[in-house]
Amino acid sequence: MNEKQGFKFFAVFLNMTWFALFVLAPGLMVVGISFLTRDISTFFTWPLTLDHYRELVDPVYAKVLGNSLVYSFNTTLLCLGIGYPFAWFLSRAPRHRRPLLLMMVIIPFWTSSLIRTYALVILMKANGIINTVLLAAGLVSEPVSMLYTDAAVYVGLVYSLLPFMILPLYAVLEKMDIRLMEAARDLGAKSLQVFLHVVLPLSLPGVMAGCIMVFLPAMGLFYIPDLLGGAKTMLVGNFIKNQFLTAGNWPFGSAASVFLLMLMVVMLGVYFFISSRFNRSQES
Amino acid sequence: MKRWIGISWVSCVFAFLYGPLLVLMVFSFNQARYTSAWQGFSFTWYASLLENQHLLDAFVNSLTVAFVSSLAATAMGTLGAFAVAWYRFAGKQLFFGLVYSVMMSPDIVMGISLLMLFVTAGIHPGFFTLLVAHITFCLPFVIVLVHARIAGFDPAVVDAARDLGAREHEVFFKIVFPMILPAVLAGWLLSFTLSLDDVIISFFVTGPGFEILPLKIYSMVKLGVTPEVNALCTILFVLTLAAVLVAHFLIKEKKK
Repeated sequence: MNEKQGFKFFAVFLNMTWFALFVLAPGLMVVGISFLTRDISTFFTWPLTLDHYRELVDPVYAKVLGNSLVYSFNTTLLCLGIGYPFAWFLSRAPRHRRPLLLMMVIIPFWTSSLIRTYALVILMKANGIINTVLLAAGLVSEPVSMLYTDAAVYVGLVYSLLPFMILPLYAVLEKMDIRLMEAARDLGAKSLQVFLHVVLPLSLPGVMAGCIMVFLPAMGLFYIPDLLGGAKTMLVGNFIKNQFLTAGNWPFGSAASVFLLMLMVVMLGVYFFISSRFNRSQES
Repeated sequence: MKRWIGISWVSCVFAFLYGPLLVLMVFSFNQARYTSAWQGFSFTWYASLLENQHLLDAFVNSLTVAFVSSLAATAMGTLGAFAVAWYRFAGKQLFFGLVYSVMMSPDIVMGISLLMLFVTAGIHPGFFTLLVAHITFCLPFVIVLVHARIAGFDPAVVDAARDLGAREHEVFFKIVFPMILPAVLAGWLLSFTLSLDDVIISFFVTGPGFEILPLKIYSMVKLGVTPEVNALCTILFVLTLAAVLVAHFLIKEKKK
């Protein structure tokens, strides 16, 4: 084996082994264990069963899962509603200002979502900053309860995930050819028509990418309902966490995780299908 | 008119994104213990952090895990980026699939899958399991970043070096590595922040004897807010901010 072969073998082997051991193997374990039976001492045992999937669609759990999906779905819509105009205005900002503005979106993208959630806690708690200000200004006579409500959970989720929506949207909107809009306007289209028939269809891949990047993490961020929500607020992440750490039910927790993975696969599948069709129609 | 709508929308969103963080930072210097009213500027809570041995231990643990795992992920990920950029090999599609699935899949699934792997294999949770988990979720970011950089330069340079008799390791260390260095450093810094900030995956793979800062903060906040946590979060935020800014400039430089 010559040196080139050696280097190649080393680089490929090392990475493939790592991914096989710590991504593929645990991933297959999740799928495998979701079909096994629960056991108190060894966590899982034979025989194979579909019970855990049946339980997932059982009305009791289906309701919990359904509610948690509603949280993720609404969060995605809120992020889209706030993020789309924001990304649009950002992409139309003067060229020399854009790098700084973009940087200001990237900073919260990378900094700890736990710390940012905590910042919301100190703002919203009963003797927190918002209430202190409201009381001092005489706007309210007693503290408003903000923390431990559904609204607080939504604020927390949007606060953590908004940059994930803005960045892909900005990427498509910034590249958009402004002449297409001018042409539409010259041909007599009104602003709303320009948006619906030109801007929106062209930005569709960014909209989808943003929605996926918000929706998927919005199901797993269990510490946001833990810190901001009431006792009943639950994301799929809280549900899975409870199955593993409180109930000790690995197979059922695995089945819920497989459900998350299936959602991910479906969403990515739709994304690639639409964006490849989109690219083809762009070329023709 | 339209312009003003735009400016105010953007300003409001930035106020939403940065307001709470600014408040957190300002109030970490507030003298008051029990109220949120401003009672004067003080370093009290920073000083009391230094006396809290549990927090300091957790901080050192977090930095150790972040430093070692980001270095390992950067070294391995750089090699991985070369592997996919230069060579054909069996399972390349699978490899790409795994890289992207780590980036896209919800953290919680990775957390519980590694938990099950470690428990089934009889590995005690602690430093080692955290390290493995953190390397695993940092690796794809390094691979993608460095791969973008490798794909961006002229392959003729490498051919020229080979024609002139450079051996493979010379090509790598003398030609290629200096060219991709900014991307490698950026990958390292971003891995460092990812590792330092991670809550969800660490939550499942850490053990009782090895506490790290984000999980410590999480349990402290659940028990009740203390002003020390404000100070601690401010330090952590400034630290990641610095790393992100440096990484950003390193990535930007490559585009020139």
